[in-house]
Amino acid sequence: MDFNGSDTIPGPRAEDQLPHTAQSAVKIVIVGGFGVGKTTMVGSVSEIKPLTTEETMTQAGIGVDDNYGSASKTATTVAMDFGRIRITDELVLYLFGTPGQERFWFLWNGLFEGALGAVVLVDTRRLEVSFDVMGRLEERGVPFVVAVNSFPDAPRYPVADLRAALDLSEVIPIVECDVRRRASSRDVLMTLMRFLHSLAMTGSLT
Amino acid sequence: MTPPQRQRRTPGQGTPAQPAAPARKEGEGGNPERLYVVAGPDGERADIDLVTLIVARSPDLPPSATPEQAALLRLCVAPLSVAELSAYLSLPFSVVTVLITELLTAELVQARSPIVRKALPDRSLLEAVMHGLQRL
Repeated sequence: MDFNGSDTIPGPRAEDQLPHTAQSAVKIVIVGGFGVGKTTMVGSVSEIKPLTTEETMTQAGIGVDDNYGSASKTATTVAMDFGRIRITDELVLYLFGTPGQERFWFLWNGLFEGALGAVVLVDTRRLEVSFDVMGRLEERGVPFVVAVNSFPDAPRYPVADLRAALDLSEVIPIVECDVRRRASSRDVLMTLMRFLHSLAMTGSLT
Repeated sequence: MTPPQRQRRTPGQGTPAQPAAPARKEGEGGNPERLYVVAGPDGERADIDLVTLIVARSPDLPPSATPEQAALLRLCVAPLSVAELSAYLSLPFSVVTVLITELLTAELVQARSPIVRKALPDRSLLEAVMHGLQRL
C-alpha cells in the first residue's frame, strides 16, 4: 500500500466509529472445519461489515510444517475475518472466525489467549473435520460450546449420540443453529455466555 | 447411522514442544526484513492484543510522523482495535503492533487493554455481554 496517500485510506464509516468512552474489549473465537459457516456466523451477528486481518507466519512460527528444518525460509499468510458488537458504551465484543487451515490459528500469538471462549461449529456431514480443533481447545483449556449448523441435507443425530461421538462431557452445551440467521447465531453466543457463567459459578472447567 | 468417533484431550496434552508457543522477539527467527522497513530498527513490541483499543491522544498529526504512522493516527481519532487497524491499513497484525509500539513510546496514542479470561471469569462482565447480546 502507498502510505504517501494515506489521507485517502478509508477508515470506519462515521456510524461505525466507537464512542470515546469505549474502554475495553473482549473476544470470542469461532472455529470449525472448512466450509462449516464460521464466516457466515461472524457476518450475521456483526454490527459492522466484517473485516479481514492477516498475519504472516514464518517458518520459525510454523514449526510443525512439512518443511520444518529445511534451510529455506517460507512465509504463510493467515487471514481471519472478524466482526464487532457494541455491548455498552464502555465495552466492545469482537468475534473472530477464520477460513481454512486451522492448524495455523493456534500459532497466531494472542488469538486464543484471553478469549472468553470459543464456538465450535460442526457440520454433521463432516463431523470429523472439527475433531482436531476441539482437541486443541481442550489442550489449551479454552472453554467452548458446540453448535451444529443445520444444513438441509445433513444427517441428524440425537444430541446424546453427538455427545458420545464428540466425546464431550455432559456440561458442554450442544445446540443446533442456522448461522445465516442473526437470531440463531446470537442464541449460540448466548449459550456460550451462559456456559461461561456457569463455569464462573462453579469455578471449574470440567 | 453412526457418526465418526472423537477422543477427548486434556490441557497440556499432545503437540509436544510447540516451537511457536513462546512469543518471538523482533530479529529472532521469523522474517525481520519486512518489519525493519516499516517499523524501524529498534524493536521490542508492546504487549498488544488483537482487541487492544488504540486511540490517538491528539487529532493533530506531528510533522515527524512517517506516512504509515500518519495513516494509523488518522484512523484512531476514535478508539479502534488493533485488528481493525490491521484490516484498514492492509498490514499484518505483527507489523501494526510494531507501529503502535513506536506511537506508544512517542506518547501519540493510548492503548486500552482488553479484558482477558482468567482462571475464574468475572461474572459481572459475562452478564454485561449477555445483556448486550440480548439487545441484538
